[in-house]
Amino acid sequence: MSALVETDVVIIGGGIVGASAALFLRRRGMEVALIERDYCGSRSSGVNFGGVRRQGRPLIQLPLAQRAHAIWNDLPGHIGIDGELVRSGHLKLARSDEDMRSLERYEAETRGFDMGLELLGEDDIRRRYPWVGKSAVGASLCPADGHANPRLISPAFAVAAKRLGAHVYEQTPVVRVEDAGDDFLVTAGDGLRFRAPWLLNCAGAWAAGLALQYGEPVPMRAGHPAMLVTEPLPVFMTCSTGVEGGGIYARQVARGNCVIGGGQGFALDDRRARVDQQAVVTLLRQATTLFPSLHGAHVIRTWSGTEGYLPDRQPVIGFSRMRRGLVHGFGFAGGGFQIGPAVGDVLAELVCEGASRTPIEPFSIQRFQHVAA
Amino acid sequence: MNSTHVVIVGAGPAGVRAAETLVRKGVAPVLIDEGMRAGGQIYRQQPQGFSRPAKALYGFEASKANAIHVCAEDLASQIDYRPKTLVWNANADTLDLLCDDRFEQLGYDRLIVATGATDRVLPVPGWTLPGVYTLGAAQIALKFQGCAIGDPVVFAGTGPLLYLVAYQYAKAGAKVTAVLDEAGFSDQCRALPGLLRQPSTLAKGLYYRAWLLANGVRVEQGASLVRIDGEKRVASVAWQQGGVEHSLPCSAVGFSYALRSETQLADLLGCEFVWSPLNRAWLPRRDASGRSSLEHVYLAGDGAGIMGADAAEMAGERAALAVLQDMGIAVDGARAEKLERGLAQIERFRDGLEHAFPFPEGWAAKADDALMLCRCEEIRVGQLRDVVRAGAVDINRAKALCRVGMGRCQGRMCGAAAMEIIACESGLTIDSVGRLRGQAPIKPLPFAVGPDA
Ligand SMILES: Cc1cc2nc3c(=O)[nH]c(=O)nc-3n(C[C@H](O)[C@H](O)[C@H](O)COP(=O)(O)OP(=O)(O)OC[C@H]3O[C@@H](n4cnc5c(N)ncnc54)[C@H](O)[C@@H]3O)c2cc1C
Ligand SMILES: Cc1cc2nc3c(=O)[nH]c(=O)nc-3n(C[C@H](O)[C@H](O)[C@H](O)COP(=O)(O)OP(=O)(O)OC[C@H]3O[C@@H](n4cnc5c(N)ncnc54)[C@H](O)[C@@H]3O)c2cc1C
Repeated sequence: MSALVETDVVIIGGGIVGASAALFLRRRGMEVALIERDYCGSRSSGVNFGGVRRQGRPLIQLPLAQRAHAIWNDLPGHIGIDGELVRSGHLKLARSDEDMRSLERYEAETRGFDMGLELLGEDDIRRRYPWVGKSAVGASLCPADGHANPRLISPAFAVAAKRLGAHVYEQTPVVRVEDAGDDFLVTAGDGLRFRAPWLLNCAGAWAAGLALQYGEPVPMRAGHPAMLVTEPLPVFMTCSTGVEGGGIYARQVARGNCVIGGGQGFALDDRRARVDQQAVVTLLRQATTLFPSLHGAHVIRTWSGTEGYLPDRQPVIGFSRMRRGLVHGFGFAGGGFQIGPAVGDVLAELVCEGASRTPIEPFSIQRFQHVAA
Repeated sequence: MNSTHVVIVGAGPAGVRAAETLVRKGVAPVLIDEGMRAGGQIYRQQPQGFSRPAKALYGFEASKANAIHVCAEDLASQIDYRPKTLVWNANADTLDLLCDDRFEQLGYDRLIVATGATDRVLPVPGWTLPGVYTLGAAQIALKFQGCAIGDPVVFAGTGPLLYLVAYQYAKAGAKVTAVLDEAGFSDQCRALPGLLRQPSTLAKGLYYRAWLLANGVRVEQGASLVRIDGEKRVASVAWQQGGVEHSLPCSAVGFSYALRSETQLADLLGCEFVWSPLNRAWLPRRDASGRSSLEHVYLAGDGAGIMGADAAEMAGERAALAVLQDMGIAVDGARAEKLERGLAQIERFRDGLEHAFPFPEGWAAKADDALMLCRCEEIRVGQLRDVVRAGAVDINRAKALCRVGMGRCQGRMCGAAAMEIIACESGLTIDSVGRLRGQAPIKPLPFAVGPDA
């Protein structure tokens, strides 16, 4: 049995949330052990669509999204790479007048958040985005939103944390958490043991077990967004694009591949998910309607991931109400890539300063307390 | 008579014999192949309307090819034969199909995977120039379309296809300037004991080489391909032999380093894989009867380890017998045992072949950083080495970080070479750099799709 590692903070889960928490904790001088079962940033954080988007988020998430926006604006400063981040703008299309009304309402409600939303009519779309299909009757553009490469960025947060002195353990599953007085005793992998006064639960879709262990059951279920990518095509899609009401979203990378998401795949097991034929066929059909240039192109890969969803589709962020020193940050319902770095920063802030300067009350685990009864 | 749905994927020698065996016992399977006509790789048929004689197309193998084609034709009316149908994904009880741009689904109770093999490629500088083909593609051009890849042409690499394809080209009247065999003469001498177990195959190999030499084709052994040169297309080829570089002008090159099994379907199904030192590849585990690690999935032919066409026929029949046995249908046990013995014997012969045509283990160390490794994603050797040095010693992790194997061919072309580079750069053994996980679709899907069934 190996020696006991004593540290300030143990983080379970090396996704973008856990890894950025590790990074920002090191910036604040804390000793950190980041423990990841697989490779850092290889789960949701590494396989997501890559949308770096504030537009469309519920108002309660916008302060976090704004905080994240500032981090994304200095990505190389934080993680040493640009991660193919493109501020392409995020174009949200309306396919009916009713959808357009809803985009207009959103624009009005979010003016205080500095997103600079621009409402576009049908003529504007035809003129500025001729690649958008005829089914779009209007749109809302968020010029500074964009997209990036999650495969590069999420692992890079862990690499950056490591560079600043975080101890990163990959291919090391946490198998047991016990109490040792006020401290946590964490057993991982082949008998590695850690002792720390702080424990961050950043285990993504797999985080509910630890919450339950400390008497905070959460009704989290796993979801599996369906994704596909085309072969490289001549560049036509100048914005990252979605539709009001959801259902389909797409972006085109510099190499020319179009990444398209929408609908749900299914779980093969606790950790692996896949896209079924129905989801692929639906996506192909919707995509050709929305982006006629795709006609005749080929899909070269499909995939999905395993993401945690709570019934209100909001994450759990903040202190445990039951155990001192335990802090949760999980359940991002398909939207944690953009806000992930800010959540990591908030978790570090909670540990070091006892409070977050960004409002996170709506995300308290307490909202599920009745479930325990 | 039986409502069990048995599905066979692949109408090569393995799949056709499997279907035949089932039909004989009154079980009518579904036989799926993405090709237009049955026969698989070696016995690939010409398109309807072409009429080169079998002897010219298949040489020594003409009668075997004929037998498979006739068998497939006889079967067509007795089974549910679905040509031009790609199995693009597979789940626990259904296959996802694409046929004429239409999606369909097909349930199965038992599935025989007979997906065959394709060439194994190790890149050399210039391999992406127009005029460079794999040996298999060169053979297909000749067999299927009746045209040569160029004139004059040089064949290079290793493996039994090397002399065979060169012979077929020369026979068909193409000018073959040289055959560059990576393997040395001494390798082949050492392999002799193993090769002698399968004298007819050995004789054929020797025959092709002797014929080539007798007909003035330059045959170089221990010759390793260094470079293919040319501006817009192939103009010449350079190789090294005993420390000296040589070169020859030519207009096309066919090269590959033996074959690799098409294992994506078995992978998507969730079959367990084991490392095969002989194939230098991860292969779905199968027992002597062709049963996989999954209860309802059977593996036959080159798709689960390269053993050649005769073995594929035997394995197809044996797997079908296993299916019948597992359905509770009585089969001829002696026949099953005989097939297993025959397969075991061929396996030993394969040992010999591997020594005769050894994998060029030094390839990765020699590969230049600038060498194009993954041509779909345009990833060079140096880019992969960079991520390996940064810690990505697992092939899937390396894929995530530098896109090697992420493109259109999904690593079919570059996967083996990428593993070699990772192993060489990290100092790990080739079997400990992980297995490239398959992702659907097995082949690209078009956006222009009709209504789904
Ligand atoms: C297909 C898909 C598309 C998406 N698209 C977008 C998008 O466009 N924009 C956006 O903002 N968001 C998107 N998301 C959501 C986003 O990817 C996630 O919300 C975000 O990555 C969550 O980060 P995380 O760190 O909480 O989770 P994860 O990345 O899942 O990290 C959790 C980690 O914990 C580890 N772990 C679990 N249990 C243990 C244990 N016992 N011991 C050690 N480690 C453990 C896991 O291995 C995992 O690496 C998408 C998600 C998916 C799946
Ligand atoms: C190009 C080429 C040429 C060869 N020539 C020779 C030769 O001349 N002499 C020799 O001894 N050996 C040759 N071989 C070796 C050859 O692979 C075997 O000897 C023999 O063909 C193996 O038979 P099989 O039935 O296992 O597979 P194959 O004959 O390869 O048949 C497999 C079939 O499965 C189909 N298939 C695969 N995946 C799918 C899918 N997802 N959906 C639908 N259909 C699918 C393919 O279209 C193919 O028809 C050649 C191999 C290649 C690749």
